[in-house]
Amino acid sequence: MAAAVRTSRSHPDIPADQLAFFENKIRPVLVDSCYECHSKKEGRDKGGLTLDTRVGLRQGGSLGPGVVPFKPEESVLMKAITWSDSDLEMPPEQKLPAHAIEDFRKWIRMGAPDPRDGGTPKVVKTEIDIEDGRKFWAFQKPRKPTPPSVVDPEWAKTDVDRFVFTKLREEGMTPAGIAKPTDLLRRLSYDLTGLPPTSSLAKQFQSAWTKNPESAIAALADKLMSTPQYGERWGRHWLDVARFSESNGKSSNVSYPYAWRYRNYVIDAFNDDKPYDRFIEEQLAGDQRRTTSMEERQEGYIATGFLAMGPKDLAQKNRVQFQMDLVDDQINTTMLAFQGLTVACARCHDHKFDPIPTRDYYALAGIFMSTKTFYGVPKSKYNSGTTLDLPIVRESTTRFSSAEIAKLKTRMVQLRADLSKMSRDKKARMKANQEARDTGKDSKSGMKRNSKAKKRSNAELAEIQALLDTVGQGGRQKDQGMAVLDQIDLVHANILVRGEVDSPAQQVRRGFLQVMNHPSQTIPETRSGRLELAQWITSKENPLTARVAVNRVWAKLFGEGIVSTTENFGTTGIPPTHPNLLDYLAVQFMQDGWSFKTLIHRLVLTRAYRTSTDFHQANYNQDPDNKFLWRATPRRLDGEAIRDSILAVSGQLDLKRPASAVMEFGDGELGRKSAPNLTLNTPPYRSVYLPVVREKAEEFIGLFDGADPNLVTGHRKNSNVAGQALYMMNSEFILKQSDAFAADLRRRHSTTKDRINDGFLRAFGRPPTSTEFTASINFYNQFQPAALRETGSRNQADYLFLSAFCQGLFSSAEFRYLN
Amino acid sequence: MNPSLLSRRDALRQTTTSFVWLAFSALAQREAFAAGSLTPKPAHFPARAKRVIMLVMPGGPSHMDTFDYKPQLIKDHMKEASVGRMSGSKLLGPQWEFRQRGQNGLWTSDLFPNIAKHADDLCLLRGMHTDIPDHDRAQLQLHTGNIQFPRPSLGAWSLYGLGTESENLPGFVWMNAGKNARNITSNHFLPAPFRGTAINVPKNEGGGESSGRKGRRAGMSGKPNGISNIRNPRLSPELQRHQLDFVQALNRDKVDRAIKQPGVDGVIESYELAFRLQSHLPDVMDLSKESDRTKSMYGIGTSETDEFGRKCLVARRFAEAGVRFIALGHSPGWDSHGNLREQLPKTCAATDKPIAGLLQDLKQRDMLKDTLVLWSGEFGRTPHSKNGNGRDHNAKGFTSWMAGAGVKGGFSYGGTDEHGLEAVEGKMHIHDWHATILHLLGLDHEKLTYRYAGRDFRLTDVKGQVAKAILA
Repeated sequence: MAAAVRTSRSHPDIPADQLAFFENKIRPVLVDSCYECHSKKEGRDKGGLTLDTRVGLRQGGSLGPGVVPFKPEESVLMKAITWSDSDLEMPPEQKLPAHAIEDFRKWIRMGAPDPRDGGTPKVVKTEIDIEDGRKFWAFQKPRKPTPPSVVDPEWAKTDVDRFVFTKLREEGMTPAGIAKPTDLLRRLSYDLTGLPPTSSLAKQFQSAWTKNPESAIAALADKLMSTPQYGERWGRHWLDVARFSESNGKSSNVSYPYAWRYRNYVIDAFNDDKPYDRFIEEQLAGDQRRTTSMEERQEGYIATGFLAMGPKDLAQKNRVQFQMDLVDDQINTTMLAFQGLTVACARCHDHKFDPIPTRDYYALAGIFMSTKTFYGVPKSKYNSGTTLDLPIVRESTTRFSSAEIAKLKTRMVQLRADLSKMSRDKKARMKANQEARDTGKDSKSGMKRNSKAKKRSNAELAEIQALLDTVGQGGRQKDQGMAVLDQIDLVHANILVRGEVDSPAQQVRRGFLQVMNHPSQTIPETRSGRLELAQWITSKENPLTARVAVNRVWAKLFGEGIVSTTENFGTTGIPPTHPNLLDYLAVQFMQDGWSFKTLIHRLVLTRAYRTSTDFHQANYNQDPDNKFLWRATPRRLDGEAIRDSILAVSGQLDLKRPASAVMEFGDGELGRKSAPNLTLNTPPYRSVYLPVVREKAEEFIGLFDGADPNLVTGHRKNSNVAGQALYMMNSEFILKQSDAFAADLRRRHSTTKDRINDGFLRAFGRPPTSTEFTASINFYNQFQPAALRETGSRNQADYLFLSAFCQGLFSSAEFRYLN
Repeated sequence: MNPSLLSRRDALRQTTTSFVWLAFSALAQREAFAAGSLTPKPAHFPARAKRVIMLVMPGGPSHMDTFDYKPQLIKDHMKEASVGRMSGSKLLGPQWEFRQRGQNGLWTSDLFPNIAKHADDLCLLRGMHTDIPDHDRAQLQLHTGNIQFPRPSLGAWSLYGLGTESENLPGFVWMNAGKNARNITSNHFLPAPFRGTAINVPKNEGGGESSGRKGRRAGMSGKPNGISNIRNPRLSPELQRHQLDFVQALNRDKVDRAIKQPGVDGVIESYELAFRLQSHLPDVMDLSKESDRTKSMYGIGTSETDEFGRKCLVARRFAEAGVRFIALGHSPGWDSHGNLREQLPKTCAATDKPIAGLLQDLKQRDMLKDTLVLWSGEFGRTPHSKNGNGRDHNAKGFTSWMAGAGVKGGFSYGGTDEHGLEAVEGKMHIHDWHATILHLLGLDHEKLTYRYAGRDFRLTDVKGQVAKAILA
């Protein structure tokens, strides 16, 4: 090691003597003893730690800040080099000489002066003109436009229709007529509950329709929206947006055993018609809202699960990186879901298209960095996270008997004893090794074995602790949930240059997007700002919240949003087809107290919703995507609705709300070979209650374009592909449901003709057309004799036919399309 | 329902021996085939390529470290960059050695030692560029020419122009297309039969040399060669065909009532395709019939290359079966923002031998002469690096390559500036690339149009120039 004092270096902020101390006593040791495993330049970051930059050294790795200036006792580095913790002994091969350790202590007491990375703090500037950005339509507050006047009596009844009809006329198109009542009934039933209409409902509707179509629709809508199936349908739409999942996904797909609470919360919120502004507030800051009861408080915690259930890179060793990725998921999901804005690109640079500078991203980041997320994954591995103990203990199931708890605790005592013995042994062996070295003999024997055993014991200890943490008094299961709370230490974020955690620039105060700022909203020093963020989003001054929400609802009822890019209202999104209608609905929605039921009711009562799907060549030539609603767009049902319908028609559907299969599975990795595949052989519950495991979609839902729980999905794009056809033709599930449907038809009717007729009625909600009936008879005439030849049994052939016929109905395009 | 088809079927219904059944089945398929307008169509002019195998490397492979030789970048390694957004960061020289390869001395790096052995077949396109350095949009552009809206993909347009020679398999297949499957297989406004079919080539979970045995074992459990729901456990093919005819009769009745409903056309097509797939796909995907020599040529049986090797070998089998457009990808691992020195060699190694094996195999079967092999990412990477071990997205310049039918081998076309940032000569935008590919297939990209929403759409929109210089 060079002994000469390096005097050539100087640094504007570090006194020369301190600089010399660093250059002579500290840097050489870091270079010689640490960089081999902890160098950013060389791309080595064991334990998520790099030591060749000042930032890396101060941030530290997975164990906490490497160096806290002036405080050697809080610096993980000191703990490591003094070998005071048997789990953390660095450098691992040989302890530093005592004088070097003292140098580090002295240097940290000096304030750890470190000239690396240059001296001047980085400043990120923006070139975005916020004022100019505000001119874009989506950043201007919606004002309720006056509906245009319309003469046509059919289209003049509702304001919504006046907008739609006027637009059609401007485009020179004549809309299609009114749909058949059977088609409308199906449309309403699926749109509002995701299930086919029951036969009694069909009868009621038919007779009401002949008296007065409008009041028939109004009554039907009220009725459907008062069933629990309404919340299951519209809750599922929101779960798509909330990227709801019961597992973490990514490289370590561990379960989220309590995610189901959030799912049920969402379903109940829709059934209760919880005002959307409150729904937002609860999901972002349910822990901070004023509440009047414990139940409400509990619900508030559960709602914040919204922020906790994103996918995480649990294997990420750099704890700062892990935190910033978690924060990124929270910012991204919040802004896409409630604001229809892609903000996440501002993590690394100013948004290239929208007026969102990087500083705004970090203003939001400060809010979530000041938030503690209880995402609850097992403590033994990865970036552990706890769940939150909920205030109300409803479930009093005993998880462990007192004997079991005693056994676990004894085991912990044993493990701790083993560990301390290992530590003593190690010290003894080191002494021996030192002596061996001194006498020129081989050293290091047994060290590796020892460290493996230590790791195993530590892991087991952590696992037992994690188990015990989930039980309360008397071994009873604690009620836990995924949630967030404010951190004790609130922070303002530093902008990270290019989003790199070891490249901090200036600090920005916690805040919101400037382009939509309104002066009344500021964040107090004493709070994270989540509640204020929620209030900023739900403020009637916010130009986007209501627009984004009504557009989501519109897309579900009409097939395509007024803004077809439901998650992008920015400059790269597709502009609204009916801007005035969008604003009208947005303002009306707020005036109606943010009520989804009122909005949906309003929309299904329009003439536009009642339009038939009838084709018109000239209109099609002009507007093949039906942007202007010259007809009702024929819509394919989503996977959940198709699966639920098959179960409903086969008579197998169980409408009960089941316990979550993932909760019953408990903590652990999912979707690996070793773990049970929870998405196989799913029971006949409504699809919304099937386990949602990231990267392992339930087969039916996966094939029929279910939402990817890694992404915020406002609008599914439905396809018709060969994989679905193979599933309908050959899968065990479909065969089983076809058998059940056939058995039921056989029970009810004695002739093939009656069975065929009733089959159509139950599957399609109408009797067969003459072509369909003829095709069925042809099918029988061809299939039955062939089956008889193959099986030699008339019974068997009839049985096969009826099941194949039922399967045919399930497989048909009519079954999966709304007219 | 086609009445002549019915009567023919009535005649055939008399017997169920498998021989006759097969004949009958083929007949039925041909009928469906004709209806779907997938019948082979004459090209606009004589084609050089009969089929395409497209190797997609999503994430944006670094051209400076693989196929774009930049001596000045080597010299300027660690110098401050001065241009535009590059300023303030340092140039990063290629991290691997470049050497001249083959008779024509094409410069490529050591990252692809096996592909390099085929240097005399490679036509490097070093002046590629695209519109936006964002993965999703650039990938959409790579496949459809457009950065914003769903549009028909290159494969769908090829099928629309030429039809397919494979009656029993889809004309356009995408292996392991991943979460972007919908966009990259899209037929969009083109009729449903032109849609790409996503097929998953299962990983060999044993990782070893047991594909045949595994395949058969899986076959007994109803998943031959790992394909789900490919066999009906209950109905004979004849009975199932009757059932399908019933379903299709209902579907056609629906189309008749609706007059035009592209979604229902899609359903109809999906069943016809599914019926054909279940009798033919397991065979094509059964690698047990391939010799050990062939398998090892593709790197099958070696853990790092096994997965992509299988896809490449299945691709060759699809090509033999007459599939027009075969696409397969390898991801992740190309998006080298950091960890370039550690990750890129692994990703290259995972694909190097399989691709070299594919080229070799096509050549020895005399198929390379009419098979166009494409290799490309959605964009390239920057010559400078902010962290010393990574490169960022670069839409302004990158390298892709072609090999086989109709293109010059051992040839380099176009180029970037001295450091590799921006294409400056022989520039080839994605539109030009598409135009050139269609040209090799015998299609004039300006004449290949489809009327939709009142105007004639093209894959190349209003742009695109055929790169005549690369034509052999």
